Amino acid sequence: MTINSNILERHDFLEPTGREEKWRFTPLKRLGGLHLKATEVRSNTSTVFEGVGQGFAVKVVPADSAPPRSYSDDVIVTRVRESVKECTVVEIDRDFEVKEPIMLSRKNLGSAELSRTMIIAGSHSKSTIIVESFGSAILGEEIEIVLEPGAKLDFISLQEWENDAIHLGRHHAMLGKDSEFNSTTITVGGSLVRLLPSVEYTGPGGSANLLGIYFATSGQHLEHRVFVDHNVGHAKSRVNYKGALAGEDARTVWFGDVYIRKEAEGTDTYEMNRNLLLTDGARADSVPNLEIETGEIVGAGHASTTGRFDEEHLFYLMSRGIAESDARRLVIRGFFAEVINEIPVELIRDRLMKRIDDELVRVGR
Amino acid sequence: MTKLVIKDLKVGVQTDAGMTEILKGVDLTVNSGETHAIMGPNGSGKSTLAYSIAGHPKYTILGGSVTLDGADILEMSVDERARAGLFLAMQYPVEVPGVSVANFLRTAATAIRGEAPKLREWVGEMKSAMSSLNIDPVFGERSVNEGFSGGEKKRHEILQLELLRPKVAILDETDSGLDIDALRIVSEGVNRVRQSSDVGVLLITHYTRILKYIKPDFVHVFAKGRIVEEGGSELAEKLEEKGYADYVNA
Repeated sequence: MTINSNILERHDFLEPTGREEKWRFTPLKRLGGLHLKATEVRSNTSTVFEGVGQGFAVKVVPADSAPPRSYSDDVIVTRVRESVKECTVVEIDRDFEVKEPIMLSRKNLGSAELSRTMIIAGSHSKSTIIVESFGSAILGEEIEIVLEPGAKLDFISLQEWENDAIHLGRHHAMLGKDSEFNSTTITVGGSLVRLLPSVEYTGPGGSANLLGIYFATSGQHLEHRVFVDHNVGHAKSRVNYKGALAGEDARTVWFGDVYIRKEAEGTDTYEMNRNLLLTDGARADSVPNLEIETGEIVGAGHASTTGRFDEEHLFYLMSRGIAESDARRLVIRGFFAEVINEIPVELIRDRLMKRIDDELVRVGR
Repeated sequence: MTKLVIKDLKVGVQTDAGMTEILKGVDLTVNSGETHAIMGPNGSGKSTLAYSIAGHPKYTILGGSVTLDGADILEMSVDERARAGLFLAMQYPVEVPGVSVANFLRTAATAIRGEAPKLREWVGEMKSAMSSLNIDPVFGERSVNEGFSGGEKKRHEILQLELLRPKVAILDETDSGLDIDALRIVSEGVNRVRQSSDVGVLLITHYTRILKYIKPDFVHVFAKGRIVEEGGSELAEKLEEKGYADYVNA
């Protein structure tokens, strides 16, 4: 099925059955009913901003006064848009550089809650926004991110949920002329997490760098469906997701759809996904998908690998006296390093490394 | 005084056809300060000897013993063997993506020495070892063996030899794939370690050219999984002239 026909196939007012291309990898029974109309949902702005700063504002406004800016055919997004009463709006002043990261946090939400957030990076502004998630939740959400011309935004979403959390979300960025969007999606917690990190362009010269790290252990289903819509010319995108899996029924799904439309001449894109299976019983699906409607492009490519832990790496390090557990940690840190080193916030890099170490200890590796 | 004693060592690998015996009873003793050359044709089992002493999981010990100062090496895990004082310079060093040379070397030195070397001294030690092997300092930032040329990989192995100071070093075809300048640099590195420590060396090669730089005390000819002749360095000269044909066809 092509990306184009996927876009045209409307599911937004239906309840998914699991047979749809977009849902066939997702265990619907584990969605906490978020996809069913019969499920009673509550509107919750979900994130809390603490602290003060110059050059930006975080506000909660009636949903009507911050209408959606993008098209989505996702069932969950449709429910979110229909149901939420309020929307969190983060606005970065134009021409302003916000030095400290803006931290939006959420912890221990209720059952079946829906949330909408709108981020607007004013033209030629520079900022870093972090959305972190802890505790338990059954959450459906949409975050729309608008980059006005020349804006630069580093966006980090951290899914460090408890292992019973359910999180379905769309993080959609709209890149204005010559804007730069660097996003990092980190998913290490949750029972079922299904995220749709996506990008479209509203002007030429935009550049999107989408990084992802995920680590699934026993019983976790972590799904990322990346979509880059090259709908204007002379824009750039890079996608690099790395995942590790350990334990019985650890499950990850990665889709990378890149669609270069006819009008997107001069597109430059490359997407990559690598998965490392640390134990038996884990399963990673990786499906890169590139659809090109014009030959007038700078470059387009993709790569996907899923492999087992290489015992030769272990032998080499251990033959230099390094104990097995340390050697394993070095190799796994090394696997993630390429992506982690690109995360623009040191605090997050350190926190993530520590979290990965903890996960390894937890799974006895 | 260190003694590596290999007695009647028999080693096999699992193949589709079942267990295939490669080493058919190897006897060899390496004392500290001695350099032994093991020479033999391709496929004679030289590398199997090196890797099975280091503990590579591919090889199964079928019989015999290997002891280092009386301690049973074969009972130890790979890292324990290294900490006991064994070092294997590999013919095909493994690429470890994302692990920097600097981080790797310091982690290894910490493991071998039992404590983290003091940072300032360590930086000096590493710098001087790298410069004597003609290794660019930016090398430290690169991933272990990733994208290294053949010569860089071998120099990196000898760099580790110099920093880790083992009791017994096994050099598995360290000369293969080296041009004449790289061969000299690598050999000088080995000789520095021989002069400044009491290391015992097991030098595995099938060419005599490295022996012009690293003079062996003993030469052992390896064929069909065992040692078939032993002598002093004059044996290497005989091999240079006559090749291995006499042993292979024997």
